[in-house]
Amino acid sequence: MSFAPFAVAAWLFVIGLYGIVTSRHLIHLVICLSVVQSSTYVLLLAIGYRTGAAAPIFVDTKPGAPAVDPVVQALTLTDVVVGATVSALLLALAVQVHKASGTFDPDELDTLRG
Amino acid sequence: MSRDSRRTLFLVASVGFAALFLWGLAGLPDFGGYDGVYGETLNRVALRQRHATNLVAAVTFDYRGFDTMGEEYILFAAVVGVAILMRAQRDEEEDTPDDDARDRLTPRTSDAVRVLGLGVFGPIVLFGIYVVAHGHLTPGGGFQGGVVLATGVVLVYLAGRYSALRGITPGASAELAEAAGAAGYVGVGLLGLMASGTFLYNWLPFGTTGLLTSAGMIPFINLFVGLEVAGGFVLILTEFLEQTLVVREVDSGGPEGKRERDRS
Repeated sequence: MSFAPFAVAAWLFVIGLYGIVTSRHLIHLVICLSVVQSSTYVLLLAIGYRTGAAAPIFVDTKPGAPAVDPVVQALTLTDVVVGATVSALLLALAVQVHKASGTFDPDELDTLRG
Repeated sequence: MSRDSRRTLFLVASVGFAALFLWGLAGLPDFGGYDGVYGETLNRVALRQRHATNLVAAVTFDYRGFDTMGEEYILFAAVVGVAILMRAQRDEEEDTPDDDARDRLTPRTSDAVRVLGLGVFGPIVLFGIYVVAHGHLTPGGGFQGGVVLATGVVLVYLAGRYSALRGITPGASAELAEAAGAAGYVGVGLLGLMASGTFLYNWLPFGTTGLLTSAGMIPFINLFVGLEVAGGFVLILTEFLEQTLVVREVDSGGPEGKRERDRS
């Protein structure tokens, strides 16, 4: 099962995208986008993992002891922050869309109104 | 596009995605068989070079410090974006969140929530400061600690009544913290530029590995990022709360009423 984490990443990506495509509610759509983004966290961390290695925190391990890749972990941190900001912006947009049109259903938003 | 045709398009696209993904997977080393050059090199040299025991922090705030500055400004831009989107629109006004019917019975915040919220507030803030300050030693740092600090403020909202707390909400100080955090990161970079000719150069003495004062500029960058993140998240949460409690449509028809008007 050495490919299982990659399969999880692919599954999260596809199922999140399916949720976005078939969404009936803008808030649900934003959550689905978070699910898609979380697939990238799993993928990044899976790529940097090495069997038997510790976290790249050298507090009580000797320097030179096997550790997983710190670069992908730092990238994942960036990813999480960007994901949170994107969600905040999209939720703010959803609030304004609801005010302007009275609906959260993307299919009822036939035209963009100012 | 109808929901059915979208679903069909999705199915076709996901077959294509599966093909590409399997092709890419075939070229990847097995899970656990990592053999990247950069991580390997960093794990070997970073502790000696930067005296930071948390290599993720060393990568984020030193080796990739310039990228993280961009990331911080993504957060900054998003907070400004939320504030702009959530400000009172042309057909809205800001109303005081006081209850107009003062003799109406409203459910009070339960004593359990109040006591627990206020009791946990101090430890949460302390924990947030700890996570920010020890970012270069142990897991944590400005981003994580900043979010913990912001939850402290949320606890105050939860334990008290937002309308009563609005006068003392840290709106202005959150804006100040966010701006100071964003400016401080650039300031650290400029100090490096002045000290050595390289932006964000880590020129401070690296100190003894494992101490709070080690790793040169990394703790200072962590501090500024923590300020920025805490301020930014408090601002975002405040904007959403204001939207619910303060911003009112001038014509009290509400969204439904407006929709009716639009149709007629």
